[in-house]
Amino acid sequence: MRYLTPRKRAEGRGAAHHGAEHHWAMTVSSVGLAFLLPLWLYIFGSALGGTREAVLETFARPLPAILTALVLVVGMRHFAMGATTMIEDYARGTNRKLLIIFVIALSWVIAATGLFALARMAL
Amino acid sequence: MADAKRAAPASGSGARPLSPHLQVYRIQMTSVSSILTRITGSAMMVGVILGVWWLLAAATSDAYFARADAVATSWFGDLVFTGSLWAVWYHYLAGLRHLYFDSGKGLDIPTAEKLGWVCIIGSVVLTVITILLVQ
Repeated sequence: MRYLTPRKRAEGRGAAHHGAEHHWAMTVSSVGLAFLLPLWLYIFGSALGGTREAVLETFARPLPAILTALVLVVGMRHFAMGATTMIEDYARGTNRKLLIIFVIALSWVIAATGLFALARMAL
Repeated sequence: MADAKRAAPASGSGARPLSPHLQVYRIQMTSVSSILTRITGSAMMVGVILGVWWLLAAATSDAYFARADAVATSWFGDLVFTGSLWAVWYHYLAGLRHLYFDSGKGLDIPTAEKLGWVCIIGSVVLTVITILLVQ
């Protein structure tokens, strides 16, 4: 006879050993991005290929600037967490730790660079 | 595979289930659409890095922008941005499919396969529409 509950036996057995909060954070950020991305793709795509003056004018406006900032922050968190899940499936030990640290650092560098560029254009 | 299983002896190591052989393994929509979600999610970072570099250059100076814009609007830039755009739309639709799966629906194989085709065909259609809209 098993004295452990099915939940107790299942807990901690996945590749990451945990994950409910991670899954929920991915759900929240994916819904956020689903609302942000269509308009942002249109704004960024329209700005691409323009003169520098036109680009500066676009990202100085509140909607493109705020939308781009949100896409950067929410998108880079979503990427870092998704890539972490992927690495946990394929890598082990020190390799796993180094790769996860790398994608988290990369996503923060990209977000910070984008926010710095936005601040310079918008303010 | 069913034949191989029947032909195998009932006892000893031959009774273990046989793993699918690579040369006869049929690619499935469910696995392809799943792995594409990971590939697109990772690969679109090339477009993100190019886009953020282009924004940084625009914020910095005319000379820096001229350099970054030359790359971003070259054939290489077009390739990266078009590929990333398709990756974003594929990942977008696949993500919606996951939200639908999370609600406990669409998990039977015929529906999951149909939704896989929706992701692949839909992402191409949305990519073309986006390119036409932003031109």
